[in-house]
Amino acid sequence: MGEVLEIDRIRCDGHGLCAELLPELISLDDWGYPIIKPGKVPPSVVEHARRAVDACPVLALRLARTAAAVAR
Amino acid sequence: MELIARAAGAESLAAHLQRLGPMPALPSGALIAELEASGLLGRGGAGFPVGRKWRAVAERAAGGAVVLANGAEGEPLSLKDRSLMAARPHLVIDGALLAARAVGANDIIFYVGGEHATAQAALRQALAERPGDVRRRTRIVTAPAGYVSGEESAAVHYVNAGDARPTTTPPRPFERGVGGRPTLVQNVESLALAALIARRGHAWYQGLGHGRARGIGLLTVSGAVNRAGVHEIELGATLSDAAAAAGGLRGDVRAVLLGGYFGGWADLHEQWGLPLDAPSMRARGLALGCGVVHFLASGTCGVEATAQLMTYLASQSARQCGPCVFGLSAIAGAAQRLAAQSAQPGDLDRIIRWSRQVTGRGACHHPDGAAALMQSALQVFADDFVGHQHRRCLTISQPARVAVA
Ligand SMILES: Cc1cc2nc3c(=O)[nH]c(=O)nc-3n(C[C@H](O)[C@H](O)[C@H](O)COP(=O)(O)O)c2cc1C
Ligand code: SF4
Ligand code: SF4
Repeated sequence: MGEVLEIDRIRCDGHGLCAELLPELISLDDWGYPIIKPGKVPPSVVEHARRAVDACPVLALRLARTAAAVAR
Repeated sequence: MELIARAAGAESLAAHLQRLGPMPALPSGALIAELEASGLLGRGGAGFPVGRKWRAVAERAAGGAVVLANGAEGEPLSLKDRSLMAARPHLVIDGALLAARAVGANDIIFYVGGEHATAQAALRQALAERPGDVRRRTRIVTAPAGYVSGEESAAVHYVNAGDARPTTTPPRPFERGVGGRPTLVQNVESLALAALIARRGHAWYQGLGHGRARGIGLLTVSGAVNRAGVHEIELGATLSDAAAAAGGLRGDVRAVLLGGYFGGWADLHEQWGLPLDAPSMRARGLALGCGVVHFLASGTCGVEATAQLMTYLASQSARQCGPCVFGLSAIAGAAQRLAAQSAQPGDLDRIIRWSRQVTGRGACHHPDGAAALMQSALQVFADDFVGHQHRRCLTISQPARVAVA
């Protein structure tokens, strides 16, 4: 078990605030949309991750318990 | 031929029953077990096991599920779903009725592309031949044109709210779909095959196929062949068999597009013996997808053909997610410049980087499919792309003939 960062791509409008608050895990593409480093959030940055989640102005980011993947 | 009619026009209910006999009265559990044992894989593109999906919906249904038969067929190079609905509407209806019984659904929706007029008319006519209790539980919903309208969450969204744009998942439709109820979204060919398996048993289906592949399926073959169209094959038949079924290749062919706009390019000489079967293709990094096989004539430039495909895919973005909206149109723009021999320095490198970056960053899989297509082109036409970065075309280019709807 652990936590992963999930993003609602429809909500996200590329404010880029999250990348400022969590540069360890989030970078931005050429248009300012976040690229999230894959995998679990390391314990050392969980606090930063929470801050980024809280700061997102459109509530597009969340920390989720790792769920079982279902194929689409 | 199980899925393609010999005679013109739609098969009547009487002819359908005479050919196949009545639908078996298998209880839900037995039906799902038959499907699981058959190994049937979905034909809408992703190749997910059909039996497992029915079980997942049945477990959540509590008697109130919905079946959505997906006949949107937005893929420009595919004709197989509309041909199947037009020729064998009762087989598709049987499949949907069996699915409804198996998963515990009352309501059945046939979601059919608005441009597939013959298919829609055939389904409407076929439903009119069915008894009242079937007619009351079924309806046809006209899917709006567009590549993304057939994506499962887009289909559900359209039925619920008249908006054929994908929604954020989870919840996936099998958890919460039409009217908030667990919804089985299944391609119409998958349903037709399920109806045959229910009648004849999993052993019948397992007895078909070449090599390790099992079962049958539909292909849409197009491009540089003598008889383009929909062909039924035993899975595991090779690419060369598909060419032969379409009357042979017309002229020199170098590459083939497999799986449609969402699939990928392959080198024909390398893959001439390729078994057409989802697992075998996946093992080679290819995809059967919805069964599109498009042969590209050697005189056609692969860079130009790819630029056309990417331009179309970028235009079909539902324009909700930044990486899909901006990424795909940027890739398409750079591909167009390369194709037109007016590349800017770094265009090729940017395409390579962007194609990696957009993957997995949309609410639906649209950018993933587009990026996979681009990446396959970069492999198969590697020299051509380098040539075009230097504004040089290696093909004595004729206008590309990839039909864009
Ligand atoms: C952009 C996009 C477009 C799609 N269009 C179709 C379509 O037109 N018809 C279809 O059956 N599946 C389409 N799919 C796949 C569906 O989401 C879904 O997986 C499928 O209908 C499930 O049926 P199957 O398991 O029988 O393949 C599309 C998927 C994506 C990502
Ligand atoms: S802060 Fe929110 S809206 Fe802004 S880029 Fe990050 S996820 Fe997107
Ligand atoms: S990924 Fe593209 S096509 Fe899919 S929902 Fe987002 S914008 Fe629409």
